[in-house]
This record gives sequence, C-alpha cells and structure tokens, in this order.
Amino acid sequence: MSTTLQHVGRARRWPIVGDPIYEGSRIPSRVPTVMDVPAALRETDDILQVNFGPNHPSTHGVLRLIVDLDGEDVVGLSAVIGYLHTGFEKNMEQKTWWKAITYPERIDYVGYQNNELVFVLAIEKLLELEVPEKATWTRMLLCELNRIHSHLVFLGTSALELGAISMFWYCFRERETILDLFELVAGQRMHTRYFQAGGIAEDIPGGFFPEARKFVERMPVALEEYLTLLDRNQIWLERTQGIGQLSAADAVALAQSGPVLRASGVDWDLRRDAPYLAYDQVDFRVPVYTGGDVYDRYRVRMDEMAESTKIARQCIDRLERMEGEPWIADDRKVVLPPREELHTSMESLIHHFKIVTEGYRVPAGEVYVAIESPRGESGCYVVSDGGPKPWRVHFRAPSFAALQATATCSKGALIADLIAIVGSLDAVMGDTDR
Amino acid sequence: MSDWSKIPGYVSTTEAYGETTVVVERDRVSDACAHARDELGFNVLIDVVATDYLHWGGQGVSGYIGTAGGRDLNLPMTQGLQALPNVKPARFSLSYHLLALRQGAPRLRLQCWLEDGDPVESIVPVWPAADWLEREQYDLMGIRFTGHPNLARLLMEDDWEGHPLRKDYPIGGEPVRFSPAE
Repeated sequence: MSTTLQHVGRARRWPIVGDPIYEGSRIPSRVPTVMDVPAALRETDDILQVNFGPNHPSTHGVLRLIVDLDGEDVVGLSAVIGYLHTGFEKNMEQKTWWKAITYPERIDYVGYQNNELVFVLAIEKLLELEVPEKATWTRMLLCELNRIHSHLVFLGTSALELGAISMFWYCFRERETILDLFELVAGQRMHTRYFQAGGIAEDIPGGFFPEARKFVERMPVALEEYLTLLDRNQIWLERTQGIGQLSAADAVALAQSGPVLRASGVDWDLRRDAPYLAYDQVDFRVPVYTGGDVYDRYRVRMDEMAESTKIARQCIDRLERMEGEPWIADDRKVVLPPREELHTSMESLIHHFKIVTEGYRVPAGEVYVAIESPRGESGCYVVSDGGPKPWRVHFRAPSFAALQATATCSKGALIADLIAIVGSLDAVMGDTDR
Repeated sequence: MSDWSKIPGYVSTTEAYGETTVVVERDRVSDACAHARDELGFNVLIDVVATDYLHWGGQGVSGYIGTAGGRDLNLPMTQGLQALPNVKPARFSLSYHLLALRQGAPRLRLQCWLEDGDPVESIVPVWPAADWLEREQYDLMGIRFTGHPNLARLLMEDDWEGHPLRKDYPIGGEPVRFSPAE
C-alpha cells in the first residue's frame, strides 16, 4: 500500500505559517470568549438579555448562552459551561490505570472510541509497550467507524434543529448499523472498553468482517442520499452558507482543531501530519474548505465520512489477512493472561489477580498524546509517579476549544443562526465540561 | 533542534518520551510564550494544565521497577524495591502545551513551577485561547493568573469553596446538606 499525502483540489500549503503574526486583537473583546454589546447600544432600552439554554434542545446537552438581543440581532454573547462537570480527572486519580480506561469514553460520549484510544496510547507511551500490528489496525478500523458515527450524529441533529427532520432518521439508520458492528466486535454498542493497554480485549469475531464490508459498501450510497436531501435544499443552504464565519487566523488564535479548523482553510489533520497508529500506511485525503461558515463545516464532515469509509475498507482488507495473529502484547506484567491458562497455571492466576486487584505499575513520567478525534485534537496529559494509579490525568477537549469560538463565530448573527452555529461547532458537553 | 536556551527565563530542558519540556522562570512565562510564538513558530496554544505534586513520592512505590528494557517477573531482585520519584522543585507545575502548524507537527511543553498562592502572568494577550484554559486551572487547581480579563470559576459553581483537583481536597468532601442534626 502506498503512502500518499494528497489534498483536495489545491496544492498543499500551510496557510498560517509565514503570515504576519496575529495579535489576538482580531477578537474584539476584552474577554476573548465574550462578545461585548457595543457602547452605543448599551445605554438604550432596546437590548433584551435572553438565556439560551442550559436546557434547550439545540444546545446538545447543557450549554448556556447569555445572549443580548437587539431585535433579532445578536449583539452580545457569552457562553457559560460547567453544567455537566463530573470530575472525571479527579475520579481517574482514584482508580488504577486498568480501571481508569473506562472513564475517557464517557468524557466524549459520541467520539468514545477515539477518546479511549488517546488514554490507552498515553499509558502505552509511558510503559514503552509494543502493540501487535493486528491491534493497531483494529483500533484504526474502530476509530474510523466511530468517526463516521460521530459525524452522523452531528449531521442528523444539526439538520433536525434547522427543520430537516427526515435527515435525522436517515442518519440514525446508518448509525444503528455502526452500533451493531460495535456490538458484534466488543459486546457493547457504545462505551465498549475494548482497547486495553497493549492491544485489544478480545480478537475480532469471525462474523464481523462480512457485516463490516456490507457497511462500507453501503456508506457511499448513503452519503449520496444525504447530499441529495440537504445539498439541494434551499432552506438548508440559506441557513448555513455565510453563517457563523470564522477566519483562519481567528481559528488558530482560538486553538480550533478538527473540522472547524479545516473548514476555515487551515490544512491540518493529525492523522496525516503527525501520524499515529498506522495512518501513514493508508490512503486518504484531508478535505479542506475555505469559507469558514456553517456550510463548510458540514461539507468537511461529509467528505470526512467518505474518507473514513475508505480507511475502514483498507483496514478490513488488511485485517482479513491477519487471521490468527496476536491481538495483544505478550507482556504479563500489563496484559491479562489468556483465560484458559488460569485453570492450569499458578503463575497466570497470580498475574491475573495482581493486575485486577492492585493494577499494573506505570513508570514515573509525564507524557502528552494527541490524536485526531472526530471533533479535533483530543489530547491526554498524564503524570505517573510509578505507582498503579495515575497521579494526574488531563484531557485536552476539542469541544472545549470549539465552544470558546462561539462568540467570534456569532458576530452579526441572528438569534436563529445561533442554533446553526452551535450545531456546526459540534461540541459534546461531556467533553467540554469533563 | 532548536536552541531552547534563548527562551526568556530559560531554566532547563528535559527530553523524555520524545517530548521536549522547557522549564522557564515563573515570572517570565508570558515572555517565553510570546517568544515561542513569534520566534519559534509555535502558533497554537493547545492546553494549559497544572499538576499538584503535594505528597509526591511520600508513600513510596514498591514493586516491579519498569525500565525501557521491559520488566521480567522472574528476574531476581526486582520485587519489593522502593522507587522514590524525583523530588519536584515546587508544589505545582504549570505546563503550556504548544504546537506548531508545520511539517512534522513539532510540540513544546513550556513549564514553570510555583508554590500555593504564587501569581503567574496571564497569557491571554498572547493567545486568546488561554481565556478558558486559565480559568479552568484557576477553578480546579487554584492557580492565580494576574492580568486575566475575567478570572472567574468556569466549571464549578460560582460560590464553590476550594479547588477540587488539588491533592489535599478531600474525596467526598462535599458537605451534606439537610443532615439529621439540623
């Protein structure tokens, strides 16, 4: 398989590098994440302050926007987060490394598989653990399926919020297939806890590949259907094109990542630019659009679904040839012994007992691992003191970064546009608040 | 390989796990960040994260000592050893994870060390993205950023007491309202 770094439509470039350094003052507010009411309007009685959320169906959870309205125009905005703060980072400090793997999935509960991956990669980096090739490709396959799943949820819900109700059913039809695939391979539809430090929990069952292949054949057809439904829908176009614009410089200054960054014309994808797993061995393109509006964010995600399907197909091809290969590292200090050995080997029984009760020990150190999750750069900063529990875990949440840009995106928006804008940033509140 | 010692307030460099950590003086953090952005091309502030090292190494860590060469249960003398982690310069570390959007995706961790109550200059003027990131560290770790335009709690309630991610914050420390004694 050849390694190609291609690009949609235009020559490869790094738009921000070489530009004059941005000042940060492009975000015209004393507080960068807040849109201030203009001084001229502040004294009048025309400003109406409205709470948009925290319990509004279109806030994807519990985001609260305090909006200052002049008629229908949004003239002031500040986002309030924290309603879903559950203290995951503190909780993980109380659990052994082994048990803590369950938590990251629940942080970003839509891109669960990717979040699980980033934590497992961080543990493996500290352990300097070699992962078998089959586990790497299985992880890649599941992460790409998860990316499609996440983008389908985005597409379905944001179209639903703009009134295109039928999109929701079509998207959730395909999402259902993906969840069935997850159930087939891991026994759980969501929050699989399938990735272990060292590999994956179980081998992929035999019946998985025919079903997965059916899905990757089906997906391009489904994407055509979505495009037919939305891309010629005048209401959808008018409500998304030119709405919620974010310039490339602002996107970088506000640390945007993922589809939001790529829709603003920055050609950046960690899968290509800092490859992890085996992304340097698969063929895919990175879609980039330059409009920076809601429509371009939607197009980036549509194209990414097609690219993820391509990657998934290559993973299936590869994995089918790996029948019988090991799927987890052979390091008995970290990896549970095979189930059947427990009946015959005292040593295995001890290992099993020690790993489950006390947990494995991870050498002291601090690492930061970043991957391209469906929402952007999902990072995990981990400090270990050499013991069986993490000393400090911190997640770099792409939704958190995306919501910081709400005020900048909403310049000149109408109240109805806010629904489209918040939807297009695709923030998961569990990820934002952790 | 860059010459990290040109960073203002440079103290030391550590290379570990393929990551570069540059420790700078606490009162030069803002200058160091501006230097990293303007001179070294690290144009994205990925994350600001504080770590509380209170009681670090206090309990000791016994058991198998992992090395880069792996660990072997059957190797004699690897069990029951005490491995005490290195002593840290101060209670809190404050790390700024920077990324450069260019070939190779180079990353840099700028780090400073501070005691409880030590102020750190806010880097919101350097990167607007620092706004919520610094508020989160103030909220959960109690790091005080001077010059931040709106240093209010972000994730916890406005009237919350204490900083939950600190190591001396009690687990289950939330007061029980309406207890039988009332």
